[in-house]
This record gives sequence, structure tokens and C-alpha cells, in this order.
Amino acid sequence: MDQHLLSIVLLTPLGGLLVLLLLPGNKNLIRIWANLAALAGFVVSLPLVFRFRNALPGFQFEERADWIPALGAHYHLGIDGIGLLLVMLTTVMGVVAMICSWSGIQDRVREYYAMFLLLQTGMIGVFISLDFFLFYIFWELVLVPMYFIIGVWGGPRKLYAAIKFFLYTLAGSVLMLLGILTLYFQHFQQFGFYTFEIQDLIKTSMSLNMQQWVFWAFFIGFAIKVPMFPFHTWLPDAHVEAPTAGSVILAAVLLKMGTYGFLRFSLPLLPQASADRSIVQVLAILSIVGIIYGALVCLMQKDWKKLVAYSSVSHLGFCTLGIFSLNPNGIAGSVLQQVNHGISTGMLFMVIGVIYERRHTREISEYGGLAHVMPKFAVIFMIAMLSSVGLPLLNGFVGEFTILQGAFEANRVWAAFAVTGVILGAAYLLWLYQRTMLGQVTNGKNLTIPDMNFREVAMFVPLIAWAIWIGVYPKPFFDVLRQPVTEILERVHPGYFNGSQPKPVLAQAGTQAGDAR
Amino acid sequence: MIDSLYTAQDHFSIVPALMLALFGCAILLFDFLIFPDPKQRKWLLIFVVLGEGFTGVGLIRQMHWIASYGRPIEAFNSSVIVDDFSIFFNWLFLIAALIVSVVSYQYLENAGEHHGEYYSLVLFAQCGMYFLATGADLVTLFIGLELMALSFYVMVGFLRSEKRSNEAALKYLLLGAFSSGFLAYGFSVLYGIAGSTRLSDVVAAVASRPAWDPVVYLALIATSVGLLFKIAAAPFHMWAPDAYEGAPTTVTAYLSVASKAASFAFLVRLFYGPLAPFAAIRDVWAPILGVIAVITMTVGNLAAINQTNVKRLLAYSSISHAGYILLGLVAGNQTGIKGIEVYLMVYTFMNLGAFLVLVALRRQKIIGDEMDDLSGLMKKSPGYAVLMLIFLISLAGIPPTAGFLGKYYIFWSLIQAHQYTLAIIATLYAAVAIYYYFRIVKSMFVSEMKEKEPMATSFGMRVALAVSGVMTLAIGIYPEPFLKLAQSSLLR
Repeated sequence: MDQHLLSIVLLTPLGGLLVLLLLPGNKNLIRIWANLAALAGFVVSLPLVFRFRNALPGFQFEERADWIPALGAHYHLGIDGIGLLLVMLTTVMGVVAMICSWSGIQDRVREYYAMFLLLQTGMIGVFISLDFFLFYIFWELVLVPMYFIIGVWGGPRKLYAAIKFFLYTLAGSVLMLLGILTLYFQHFQQFGFYTFEIQDLIKTSMSLNMQQWVFWAFFIGFAIKVPMFPFHTWLPDAHVEAPTAGSVILAAVLLKMGTYGFLRFSLPLLPQASADRSIVQVLAILSIVGIIYGALVCLMQKDWKKLVAYSSVSHLGFCTLGIFSLNPNGIAGSVLQQVNHGISTGMLFMVIGVIYERRHTREISEYGGLAHVMPKFAVIFMIAMLSSVGLPLLNGFVGEFTILQGAFEANRVWAAFAVTGVILGAAYLLWLYQRTMLGQVTNGKNLTIPDMNFREVAMFVPLIAWAIWIGVYPKPFFDVLRQPVTEILERVHPGYFNGSQPKPVLAQAGTQAGDAR
Repeated sequence: MIDSLYTAQDHFSIVPALMLALFGCAILLFDFLIFPDPKQRKWLLIFVVLGEGFTGVGLIRQMHWIASYGRPIEAFNSSVIVDDFSIFFNWLFLIAALIVSVVSYQYLENAGEHHGEYYSLVLFAQCGMYFLATGADLVTLFIGLELMALSFYVMVGFLRSEKRSNEAALKYLLLGAFSSGFLAYGFSVLYGIAGSTRLSDVVAAVASRPAWDPVVYLALIATSVGLLFKIAAAPFHMWAPDAYEGAPTTVTAYLSVASKAASFAFLVRLFYGPLAPFAAIRDVWAPILGVIAVITMTVGNLAAINQTNVKRLLAYSSISHAGYILLGLVAGNQTGIKGIEVYLMVYTFMNLGAFLVLVALRRQKIIGDEMDDLSGLMKKSPGYAVLMLIFLISLAGIPPTAGFLGKYYIFWSLIQAHQYTLAIIATLYAAVAIYYYFRIVKSMFVSEMKEKEPMATSFGMRVALAVSGVMTLAIGIYPEPFLKLAQSSLLR
């Protein structure tokens, strides 16, 4: 059972999709089935949590079979702590996204749910593949359903947004493919056989120069997906035009594919390039620019959804900053913050979805004083907002704090700049809350809005519970992450954990460069 | 005496071509002798299937022979060589011809131009392709090329009542004849160098010439120009969009797939491997061909962006695909040649598939090749729309479809040859291609339906589409057997 668990998790949505295509045309039947399929996807992923052993090194639940021997590609699945958290995030968000689509989608229901289930398979596949070829297939598989979700069920500029999303991410990923192929060919030259297995590719030794080239090729693919400044321009368009559930999945899971790529591939496979002083600095600066720029742009927004979209740029900046702090706090905090961002931004997009279904506008100026009309909504929005702001006892705080701690250990100036992002984040979100929810009801149309119904409250409950869990007791999450983070750091800085003091990364990289000279 | 002129081995080496020629002639005769009634025309189609069956049997027997003796079949004093390489391509031609013939029945009925000679022309063209793949003699190759081209000139103009079709045929004929002239000139120079038309002699003669011999370059330039015309590489691609747009859609499919594959087989024969006269001066042509490949991809991709006619769009896309395939030759390693084979194999299925959907759009009095004709296809016939989506995704090179594998091999060969710049250009054009392929997708899935007339479908059409669709997905998801096939079909 254990050795096929990941395949079951991967194929459950696909199985649900096949049955979905055969169902008769009753809309509610299709909806119920799709929700059940997503729920089943979550249920089969639960054993992963219970059977996962935190202390074991390497990957767990591994499954390996030859797939294309002519290319050296394998069907190789497995997860470590990072993969576990992201897979669970995917399956949970899959259920939530299905529930929140119930009333929002009235048109072409079957195709809609089919696309979501396909997307679900692709996303899970990305997080559990241990073979670069397999990973790439899933990485690209995600694009087509997302194109349709934005392009068919999206807002007025949906086609523009959908093709922009597609072109951007595809351009990035084909360049990444060249990086993969270079690595693949280097491995062949050293070992005499072709393989895409990460555990084999990791043994390839490359010159720093070559590593840097491959790093930048990977970087383009991953940075566009994250998205890091200045590759973020597709994100606001895609988010604003996508249907609610599309935005939720896009923000909660799809963006994490980029950060996951850095952690799983860039750092372990290209350790010298990843620890290279100039590369780390460029990445950190881009992250910080993303944090501050994203937050400043949020302050300017008149569109509720666009504001949340730009807040993603800012929050993902924290995640990449954590990764390139290259210390345990930074990386562990980054992974946790990825989960946190999924939860809190997912909730914020769902909040927007709830109000958009009622008023069909996202202009912030259209609203005001909603707390009087929709008390339940006001409470849930407040929790979502505070979790995103990073209020202690909610999830965002734990992640951001740990990242800032890591950044501080690496370089104090980074931490100083990044902190302003936290402050600005509080500013734009609280201001948004104030403008929409507090004060008197200024717009007559808002007086008659019904409050949230049972389904709408229900879809927030698991996320709120999760947010509070992480906020109050994050230890299990850090326990899960300890082993993989240690392994990654051992790759990037061999002997990191032997020294008694955690060393600032730049100083260390500097001495290394000095030694080399 | 007669024994040495035409041996059993000679016969064995051309059995498939003989079958094609015989069945082609038989169909011409039967068309008016035995089946004069238009309603009996479906019998002709059965003859095509039979003929292809016999051809296939011939190919299988040749494969067994080569496998058991471990060497290619050389015949007619080494002017025909049947090896794994040629058999691989001949299977592609067979598949293309079969699929095209099967769907042509309904198409020609709807276009009101149903005549028996169409089927014989399909077979004659395939017969020419056979010699393009197996020929090892300049004259054999040239005759093969002309047989194929002449059949296509007629087929492109087969819709006699349509101006576009006539115009396309004339353009294709004039430019094609022009390019054949170039090719013949190049061949004559090669003959002048070697004093023999056999490729093995030509190779030896060229190798014995001093480096920087202008005569060899003259031959190289003239031959390349002729060949680049045939594969529609820029700047010799002008005929392709017009010919593709004007020709009956079934012929366009055949032309874009089989004729292209045959021309590439020809090109590879002359530029790579033991029988290639120009393999020795690789350093000269490889950079030039690299530039031509980039120009071809640029022209194809950029011109495709604004097309409103789907056939024309696919014509430009096929130009850009030619650019990609050329890159395999520029890389010039085994992976590159394998890449050419894999690419042409997947291209056969995905491009045929895409054109088949357009064939089904042709109904009585509806031409059905504009972008608008596809709009709302998802509502009208979801099966066709989903299949077209698969073909387009594959053409764009997105996994898990077959098209990705073709591109993958090309990129791989370029990385192997350290041609990073070309690799980056090629990958970026893959992103451009998404844009225009997804214009079609948008039209099918998002736009509103413009006319409600159902698709022209037939049993043959459904089978052909199912085969193309299944193969496009199968090669993408489990490529191992197909890659092995390409691996064993390398030029040795």
C-alpha cells in the first residue's frame, strides 16, 4: 500500500475526471461528483501525513519504474517534508476550490470541473516527481487547464490574461528545459549514461560557470512562475480575470511550483551557483524589490482583486528571500510561508468571490460599511486579512517572522528592508478592510446584500482552522521540515551544521570565494 | 544476360513501389472500365487500401530480410538501397497516403470533384516518395522527386471549378519546376565531378577533390536551393502558403506531411551519412543551414500570427516546423538525425490530424477553412474540438503530447552540439507558436457558434481521426517503442 500511495494520490483526480466525462448532463450531479472526487483526493492524501516519518532522511513513499529507457526517464515519485506540505496544501485547496465554484459557475459546468481535476493531477505531479522529465511533463500539463479556466470562465479581458499567462510561463519553462538538457548532457559526459533521475543528476560535477548558466535557465522558469519581480506582470491580469476558484488555486498552489522548483532543483543540483555571492545578492535584491514594490502597488489599487493579486507578489518575495537566505530559518520559514500564503491569500480570493457573486463589481469604492450588513462575512474577512497581515497567533506571523529571522542572520540590511514590507502589508490590508467593511453604508445597493450561507461559511472553516493551528502550534510543521532543510543546506554549504555558530551567508560565501582565489 | 539486368534481389527491393504503381494504373483503368457509375467509386477506395496492404507486406518482408542478413538491400547496381532508414520513411508515407485516401472520399463528394484518378495520383506520388527514400543514385532520386512533384501539381489543382485551387496549382508548378531545375543543375555538376551518378562514386569523387573547390560549392548551392524549395524553407517558401491554401484540404494534408517527410529523407541522404556527397564539407554548410533554419522559423512563426485562414495558418506553421527539423541536421549528430525521424513521425500524425478536422469542416457549399468556421466547435461537436485541441497542443510542442518529443530531440541535439544560441532561439519560437495555435483554440472553445451546419463525418473520417489522435497521445505518453524504432532506423 505504502509504495503505491503517491500514485493513488496522483491518479485519484484523474480517475474522477474520467468518470466525470461519462456522467449524464445534470449540472448538480456533475457538481456533486466533482466535489466528491476532490474530497476523495484529499482523503487518500491523508495517510501521507500519518505515515510520514520526520526523522527519515531522503524521500519517502518512493515509487520507481522505468518509463522511457531510451531517454533515461523514469516514473519516480517520492516526497520529503517540503513535498508533503505542498501536496497537502494542494489537496486541501482542491476541495475548497471545488466548493467555492458551486454557484459561481453556471456555464459549461462539466468542462469546468474536468479542467480543475486535470489541473489537480498536474499540480500534485509537480510536487511528487523525482525525475526531471516527469516533473517537466506535469509542470507543462498545468498550463493548458489553467488557460481554459481563465480563458473560458474568466472576466471581460479573460482571453488577454489567459494567453499572457500561457506565453509567459511557457517561455520560461522552455528555457528551463534547455537548462535541464544541459545538466542531462553534462551528466552523460561524466557517467556515460543518460538519466533524468534527480538522485543521479545530483552527482554531476560542473564548473561554477556552467552551473551559473544552468542556474539562470532554471531561474527564468521558476521566477516567472513565482512570480519574482520583474517577471510578475502576468500575475495581476491572470488573477483579476480568473474565476474565483481559478484565482484561489493559482495563488495557493500554482505559484508555489516556482518556489518549490528553487528548493528541489536549483539549490541541490547547482549548489555552488546557488551559494554564489553575486547570484544570492541578485536574488535577494529582486525578492526585496518584489516585497516593497508589490506592497506599494497594493496601496494604489482601486480594484479589490488586483490588490490581493499584488499582495501575492509581495508575499512571494518573502518566500524567495527566505530561500536565498540559505540558512535553516530562512528556508523552513519560506516553506511554511508558502503554505501560509496559500491559506490566507486563498481565503482573501474566496472573500472577493463571495462579494463579487452578490454585487458583480470589485471596485473598492463601491463598498463601505459592509460589516453592518454582513456580519459573518466581516468576521471571516477579518480573519483572512489578519492572517495575511501576519498577526501573532495566526499563520502569517510564524512564517514571516521565521523568514525575517533567517534574513537577519544572513544579512541585516535585507531584513531591514523586508520588514518595511510587513508594515506596508498591514497598511494596505487594514486600509482595504476599513474602506470596505467599516463606517456607514454609503452605497444603497449594499443594504440588501444577503450574508454568507452555510456552504460559503463551510468552505472557509478548514482554512481558518489550519491558519490558527499554524499560528498557535507550528512545531509539527517545523519538525516535518527539519530533515529536508538540513539536507538542502548540506548540499549548498557542506559542513554548515558542524560549525557552532550560524554564519551569515554572505560572509561565508565571501570567504569561500576568497579561498578559491 | 537478362538475369544480371533484373535479378531477384532487384525485384525484391522495389516490390512496394511496383505495388503502388500497379494499383495506381489499375485504378485508372477500373475507373472507367469496370466502375463507370459514380456510385461505385467506393470500390476504388478499397483498391487503394488493398494496394497499401500489399505495399505494407512488401515493406515487412524487406524488414525481415534486413534483420536476418544484417545489411541493407542493394539493387540495380547500388542505385536503390533499402535500409532501415528508408523503410522507416516508407511507413510514414504509407500511413499518410492511407489516411488521406480514406478521408478524401467524403471530401471530394462534397466538393463535387470526385474522380478516380485522384486515388491513382495519391499512389503515384507515394511511389515517387519510395524512390526518394531508397534512391542511391542521382537519376533515381531525381525521377522519384519528379514523379512525386508531378502528381502533386495535378492534385493541388484538383478542384477545377475553384479559382484558388487553379492558381495554387499554377504557382506550385512554376516554382516547383524552377526548383527542380536548380536541383538538376546541381546534380549535373556532381555528375561532372564524379563521372558517375551513383552516390557512392560521387562521395568518393567529392572527397578526393581539394578543399575549397569551387565546383563542389557550386553543386552544393544548386542542390541545396532545389531541396530547400521542396521542404519550404525560407527564403524559398513562397509557394507553400498559396499552394496549401488553394489545394483541396486532403491534398494539403498529404503535401504537408508526406511530401515534406520525403524531401527531408532526400535531404538527409545527401547531407548526412555514408552516402552523402556533402557530408565531407559539413563545416561549410552547417552554419549557413543554421541561419536558414532561424530565418525559416522566424518567417513561419511571425507570418502565422495574423492569419485568418486556418489552412494558411497551418501552412506557415508547417514552414516553421521545417525550420525546427532542419536544426536537427545543423546539429549534425546522431541525436539530431533521430530527432528528424521522431519529429517527422509525430508531425505525420499531428499535422494530418489537424488537417483532417478541417477536412470535416468542408460541407456541401461550405468551404470551412476560415477561423470563423471553427468558432463554437466545442458546442457543436465536442469530439472534433477536443481532438483538434490535442493536435494543436502537440503542434505547439507541449507535453504530454507527441509534438513535445520531436522538439525535445531537436533541443537535445543542439545542446549536444553546443549550439546554445540556436537552442535558445528555437525554444523562444515555441512560445510564439503557442500564440497562434491558441487563436484557433480560442475560436473553438470561447467564441460563439457562427453556423450550425453539422460536420461532414464518415466512418473513414472517424477511424482516421481516432488513429491520429490516439497516436499523438500514445507517442507522447509512452514513447519508448517509437523511439526504439527511430533508433534502429538511423543511417548507417
